[in-house]
Amino acid sequence: MDTLLTGDPMLSGGIGLTEILIVVLKVVVSFAALMVGVMLMVWFERKLIADMQNRIGPNRAGPFGLFQTLADGIKLFFKEDLQPERSDPFVFKLAPYLSLVPAFLVFTVIPIAGNFSNGGDGVVTLLGQETLMQVANPQMGILFVLAMSSIAVYGVMLAGWSSGSKYPLLGSVRASAQMVSYEAALGLSVASVLLLAGTLTTNGIVAEQSGWRWNIWMTLLVPFVVFVIAATAELNRPPFDLVEAEQELVGGFHTEYSSIRFALFFLAEFMNTVTMSAVIVTLFLGGPEGPIPSGAPGWVQDYLLPMTYFFGKLFIFLFIFVWFRATLPRFRYDQLMDLGWKFLIPLALGWFLILTSLKVAEDQGWNPVVAVLGAVAVVAVGAVLLRSSIRAASGAELEDVTVAASGGGES
Amino acid sequence: MGYLNGFVVTFRKWLGTRSDTGRRITVQYPEETRPKPERFHGRHVLNRYTDGMEKCIGCELCAGVCPARCIYVRGADNDPDDPRSPGERYGFVYEINYLRCIHCDLCVEACPTEAITETKLFEFAFTNRSDAIYTKSELLVGNDGRPQQLPWEHWGDGFDPAADTSGWMRATAPSGDASFEGIVAWSAELGYGVRAPEGGQPLEAEVRAAATHDTHDDHDSAAH
Repeated sequence: MDTLLTGDPMLSGGIGLTEILIVVLKVVVSFAALMVGVMLMVWFERKLIADMQNRIGPNRAGPFGLFQTLADGIKLFFKEDLQPERSDPFVFKLAPYLSLVPAFLVFTVIPIAGNFSNGGDGVVTLLGQETLMQVANPQMGILFVLAMSSIAVYGVMLAGWSSGSKYPLLGSVRASAQMVSYEAALGLSVASVLLLAGTLTTNGIVAEQSGWRWNIWMTLLVPFVVFVIAATAELNRPPFDLVEAEQELVGGFHTEYSSIRFALFFLAEFMNTVTMSAVIVTLFLGGPEGPIPSGAPGWVQDYLLPMTYFFGKLFIFLFIFVWFRATLPRFRYDQLMDLGWKFLIPLALGWFLILTSLKVAEDQGWNPVVAVLGAVAVVAVGAVLLRSSIRAASGAELEDVTVAASGGGES
Repeated sequence: MGYLNGFVVTFRKWLGTRSDTGRRITVQYPEETRPKPERFHGRHVLNRYTDGMEKCIGCELCAGVCPARCIYVRGADNDPDDPRSPGERYGFVYEINYLRCIHCDLCVEACPTEAITETKLFEFAFTNRSDAIYTKSELLVGNDGRPQQLPWEHWGDGFDPAADTSGWMRATAPSGDASFEGIVAWSAELGYGVRAPEGGQPLEAEVRAAATHDTHDDHDSAAH
């Protein structure tokens, strides 16, 4: 318990009414911010993708259609709640919450404000208590994020399995394979960040990037690119939305869901988009860090500017995710697996090796050029081996299915 | 970099929302409407001669040609003292089921007396099946050649006589206005071309302009 609590300076002393109040306040504020954020995200996505497709998008409910999400939510709430006869009732009801709760929980470890510039550690004073602008700052930090995104797989998988219907089952089988595969790439690119940060706490990772030492260029871009691609797959967003591929699987894992339970899946999906963008910002773009004039009043330094920077960066990634969706056609399932296993994971691993050699050379006082060249040589050998083994494997496959020449093959 | 070209395309669409590359042709339908095409097929009307007689002679050719079998006609012999139509017979029952009608206009082509024509009215949403079956009394035009507006019909921003019905039929209605003759798109509904304006008749645009300020027709002003 102590190790869980020591992350936040407020909790290192005794816990009184003020501390509890602050925690409750933070929970309520982050919950509300996330809900409103999701509402706006759905609207933003629909509007933006409409712009990109020469359409108008929602424009009836409220000014610019802002309340469309609200209207949809109310509609879903009052719809009939259907449950298939052959479903497993308990798991069927549990699954939406298994999707939704991790989506909420990830956001608790994201620092959304606090002064991190000029070597600041993001500590703010709230009601006379020194605290961090995140609901929790556990020592396991980023591992908690990865764990939560793994748990979200259960929501999708159990939803498909418990529906007692074939399309949801196929969708959930795809989902579990896809999400588990891409979690490896996700984890390996996070490892590069952790190597530089030397800590798992999100607060520590952000503080380490202070002074424009953002991980996006400190890790030389590659882990960032891998992370964004893997995150898109992890979120089941286009072009990796095989999980709910409408043209093939009706609705994928949530085919049998209706009413409020479907709304929860929908909510979780968009909430995951928001929180995953927040994780990217935290890991690679310095979270709420940005230029802050030292002469500004305290609330501007601690809250206004950092929050502006944070949500500005968040917004960029939301835009990018929608842009992906508007631009890229869906991957075929084997292409998805190829991209994950044969490209992203080796790339993240190789890059991690190179960064590690750089780090070790720095620590041991070796010549960094020699160390990096050595690592590059190892990675190159590995890449050649991987490539030849892939070629050999696909060649053997082709021999097996000589008649299937019309069926496509290696792409 | 074939992958990245796609991103440029979508981004330029987004940037050029107001420009020509991102031109959006969607109109805000209930508030704005698009001009209807010249040969738009809407709901039918049953026309009348200048003396007030019905043109329909109950021959059932329209019902025979109808591919959707949505027309039901039963003819009857005219009372020689009080004929409903010139000739021996008239349409005693005339019903069109708009849940079946596909607006192919074949009935209009088949009609030997130009009794049935199509208007360009299309906004009629009924809430029960009996409303969907238009009876003869509902299909018959008034003295001025206008169709009747039924309670469930939405006529948009009022009724545009030049755009919504056949000008020829309006011109030859019992109290029709001859200035409606020969207007482009008015008389082409039978499929054999547009009648050219005859001596001194106004052009289409003039009549349209006059029709919007039409005050001597009390039906028009009621619809506006």
